[in-house]
Amino acid sequence: MSLEQFKDRNVGSQNYKMVHIEEYPKTPWERFKRVVKRTFKYELFVGLKIVFMEMVRFNIHTVQYPKEKLPIGPRYRAIHKLLRLLESGNERCIGCGLCEKICIAKCIRIDTKLDENGRKVPTEYTINFGRCIFCGYCAEVCPELAIVHGPDYENASDQRAHFALKEDMLTPIDKLKEQKEYPGFGAPTPEADRLVKKTPLAY
Amino acid sequence: MTAFVIETVIKILIVLGLFSALAGFATYVERKVLAFMQRRLGPMHVGPYGLLQVLADGIKLFTKEDFVPQNAIKPIFKIAPVITAATAFMAMAAIPMFPEFTVGGYTVRPIIADINVGLLYVLGVMAVGMYGPLLAGMASGNKWSLLGAARTVIQLLSFEIVTGLSVLAPLMMVGSLSLIDINNYQAGGMENWIIWSQPVAFVLFLIAGFAETNRTPFDLLEHEAEVISGYATEYSGMRWGMFFIGEYANLFTVSFLVSLIFLGGFNDWGFIPGAIAILLKVFFFIFFFLWTRAAWPHVRPDQLMWLCWKVLMPVAIINIVITGIVLMI
Repeated sequence: MSLEQFKDRNVGSQNYKMVHIEEYPKTPWERFKRVVKRTFKYELFVGLKIVFMEMVRFNIHTVQYPKEKLPIGPRYRAIHKLLRLLESGNERCIGCGLCEKICIAKCIRIDTKLDENGRKVPTEYTINFGRCIFCGYCAEVCPELAIVHGPDYENASDQRAHFALKEDMLTPIDKLKEQKEYPGFGAPTPEADRLVKKTPLAY
Repeated sequence: MTAFVIETVIKILIVLGLFSALAGFATYVERKVLAFMQRRLGPMHVGPYGLLQVLADGIKLFTKEDFVPQNAIKPIFKIAPVITAATAFMAMAAIPMFPEFTVGGYTVRPIIADINVGLLYVLGVMAVGMYGPLLAGMASGNKWSLLGAARTVIQLLSFEIVTGLSVLAPLMMVGSLSLIDINNYQAGGMENWIIWSQPVAFVLFLIAGFAETNRTPFDLLEHEAEVISGYATEYSGMRWGMFFIGEYANLFTVSFLVSLIFLGGFNDWGFIPGAIAILLKVFFFIFFFLWTRAAWPHVRPDQLMWLCWKVLMPVAIINIVITGIVLMI
């Protein structure tokens, strides 16, 4: 069916294919005939065949979750991470306080100090995950890509505070090599080109 | 006499133990088969390929809190699951599971009680099993239980009639109610199976078997979307487990009955020896019960009654009449 036919809103003029619906039986004899017809149709066996073929084909879609995990999109907003600079290993955070300001749940708290080089560094950086709504504004506003959303969504714990302190979020200095660059707020998924479908813009 | 008693007791213990274990194993097979048909994996975590899931379920059932509701009528509430499980196992007493075999010069007949009205006894005891759900539903003090029990009773009572009438035509041909006689009647290869001379009775008996074991096209008596869990709503722990074991034991009983009456029973099937032949048939029917559960939707109660009284029963009677005429000629 071409696009023009879709755009034609004049009801009745389109070239629709009508679905045939059988007349509802009126007399008992017609009802009896319908029962006989339905009984000796092979519909029940079609159902059996379909599920049996599925079993034989063994096309299983189960993800055995704790052992197997599906990749999550880069836009996923999980527990925050504080990143380090890749070469020097210094903390990226410059203590500007923009995240603290923009946070609509008022759950970020920063204490800063001037270090020996006269640079501002955060001494404390905590996020109250009891209040955080994972809106992602902090990651979006950060000029240094220092506070980002990490990929760890398994955040069940006996206390919310277990993820919230600076030492929990900051990349450990010995794991610097494994630190993944944040692709940025709103980045497309890696296989986005494959997944994307053409939008019928003319429609 | 002593040898007979000891033999019978051993047989009873074997049947009880084996079919309780098989009922547990059937739940595992059911989950797996249903899962594969729905593109899932089913239980995978407990043991290799989830094989120990049965054990975990057993532990769960045994250690669960045994709960009796306040407004329940306690003695009846407590005895109802026992009736279901007991009648399900009692029905197996007259079923010949395997051909005779000899152990150390002693001939073992794998049937607990070879009575000459075996089939009548099996069907009768399975019908008594109806009291389990009925009493459970009425004693629970719960409206869903009562509705489930009412559904159970209309379903089982109605389909008792179809079972009886459908099995009458083969019985007229065989001339005996003993399941061993029915089995021996079909000796001599596949062409002697009763299914070829009584296909209508076979289909009717199978449909009624689905209804009597509460399997999917007719599982409306504990359908959770409608009556929560039917008569078993208020049951927990091992009391509920008894209903469950009874249901699965009935499943095996019906599979054995269909195999024995219509499909040649434990006679040798070509090159396959009789013992393996009947196992193959029984497990095919178990699989068929699971298969239909994955494939077919269930029917409404009024459709069920319509099917029973307006379709299956007349067909069964016509079948008997035609069989009678053919036998007279």
